[in-house]
Amino acid sequence: MSLQAVVDKLKAKFGDTVLNEKEFRGEVTVVVKKEEIVAVCTFLKDELGFSFLTDLCGVDYLGTAPRFMVVYQLYNIGTHQRFRVKAPVEEGDACIDTVSGVWSTANWHERECYDLMGISFNNHPDLRRILLPDDWEGHPLRKDYPVQGPDREPYQGRLR
Amino acid sequence: MATTETMTINMGPQHPSTHGVLRLVLELDGEVVKKAVPHIGFLHRGIEKLSEHRTYHQILPLTDRLDYLAPMHNNLGYVLAVEKLLGLTDEIPERAQVVRVLLAELTRIKSHLVWLACHALDIGAMTIFIYCFREREEIMDFYERISGARMTSNYFRVGGLSADLPDGIEKDLRKFADDIPGHLETYEGLLTGNKIWQKRIQNVGVLSGKDAIDLGVTGPCLRASGVDWDLRRDDPYSGYENYDFKVIVDDGCDTWARYTCRLDEMRESCKIIHQALDKLKPGPILADAPKIVLPSKQDTVNTIEGLIHHFKIVSEGFKPEEGEVYVGVENPKGEVGFYLISDGSPRPYRMKIRPASFVNLQALPKMCEGSMIADVVAVIGTLDIVLGEIDR
Repeated sequence: MSLQAVVDKLKAKFGDTVLNEKEFRGEVTVVVKKEEIVAVCTFLKDELGFSFLTDLCGVDYLGTAPRFMVVYQLYNIGTHQRFRVKAPVEEGDACIDTVSGVWSTANWHERECYDLMGISFNNHPDLRRILLPDDWEGHPLRKDYPVQGPDREPYQGRLR
Repeated sequence: MATTETMTINMGPQHPSTHGVLRLVLELDGEVVKKAVPHIGFLHRGIEKLSEHRTYHQILPLTDRLDYLAPMHNNLGYVLAVEKLLGLTDEIPERAQVVRVLLAELTRIKSHLVWLACHALDIGAMTIFIYCFREREEIMDFYERISGARMTSNYFRVGGLSADLPDGIEKDLRKFADDIPGHLETYEGLLTGNKIWQKRIQNVGVLSGKDAIDLGVTGPCLRASGVDWDLRRDDPYSGYENYDFKVIVDDGCDTWARYTCRLDEMRESCKIIHQALDKLKPGPILADAPKIVLPSKQDTVNTIEGLIHHFKIVSEGFKPEEGEVYVGVENPKGEVGFYLISDGSPRPYRMKIRPASFVNLQALPKMCEGSMIADVVAVIGTLDIVLGEIDR
């Protein structure tokens, strides 16, 4: 089954939930509404064979609306195909349903995304910071978080 | 039946068998582990954040510091991702591809040797540690001759290699690849028939194939759970499709299966090294892409184009078109992936690293809950984690 067929099946099943699709260098990305993310992922896993969640991360598009994207990299072990699903998340309502019920591996990835990007995952079994200390303030991978850390002079070395 | 009170103990982060700064909080009922909770992040250096502020060439040295036991593999994953982003994948010269495979397999042996050394040492077999590090030292010498550094190689470049192989190294590499199977027999002679070794790792840390896929486990840990999947064969990169090697699969699912699986992988790596050495022909080592690849020193000082390209690449960097790619490579520990988003500027808008050890470590509670506390040490060893990669 080609990746285009996967996209067509998703569209046939979910209709308006699929907001956008894109191909770049042979990699297909589909953007879906965040409300349906668990249903989309379950469908991809159970019906289309994407049994492996390779990675999950958040991306901050500061200055655009919606501000965040949560990105799911899927893999089909049988056909060796990769597929990417994205879900937009608003800044004012920075949360999305967890997919850790679909793939257990999402548990730590979502904790990392929460820790570094500040996106909450509804119904997550154990949503705590994972890499940073529990009392850390802020989310470092956000674009408005300075690279040198808060309350410090910006590093000027390369700009001067 | 009388129930006893459970006890919570802390293991690590400064503990010799946690392979770095891993902290485990174990809830024990007598000697039986009821619950294991890993705490990580002690080595977090913010590599993903830093890379958003560097040019694509400047990120390469950061990738060495992820899995510092297999630095060449991280370099390889990163340069392949950038090359895919640039659409440069088909332009890489034959010689550069062969050298990449050659060194990737050498790195696999190096990483597996450290795994065997530390795993056996944790369980109490000290001699093997010394033997494995003796062989690893030879690989370190190769590293030093090739890249100038023993650990942080930083040898591959976007578009090819930073320098050609030194003269005469082919002969030494061939001898090394000839010797390794003999050394492996020595290790097996010390361990495989050893009753203590057998009792400590057989039926310990069992992980079924279904659970392994669900938890995202990759690499030898997945293949030792009976799942036949290797990115080198299934999603080939750098010309791996031209090599003849066997993907080692074992359905034992326990620590013993992972032990035999990794030993056999080293044998296969030796075969690949021999094939790569056969394929190695003189030729260019960098792609013909002057706006991306740094010009040679001779061109920089003698030609005006070379000078301009050098200046532009160093001061500004190259600008890939807008887009996003994900490339995964088969690291010794599992799939390491790089997800790059470009917004058309000389710096990546976002770089996400998919670390193998981070995901594999997630299987630890599943593998050691219900077993004895001494088995936790065996499970940490068999997962072959590197904290530099977990914490990034």
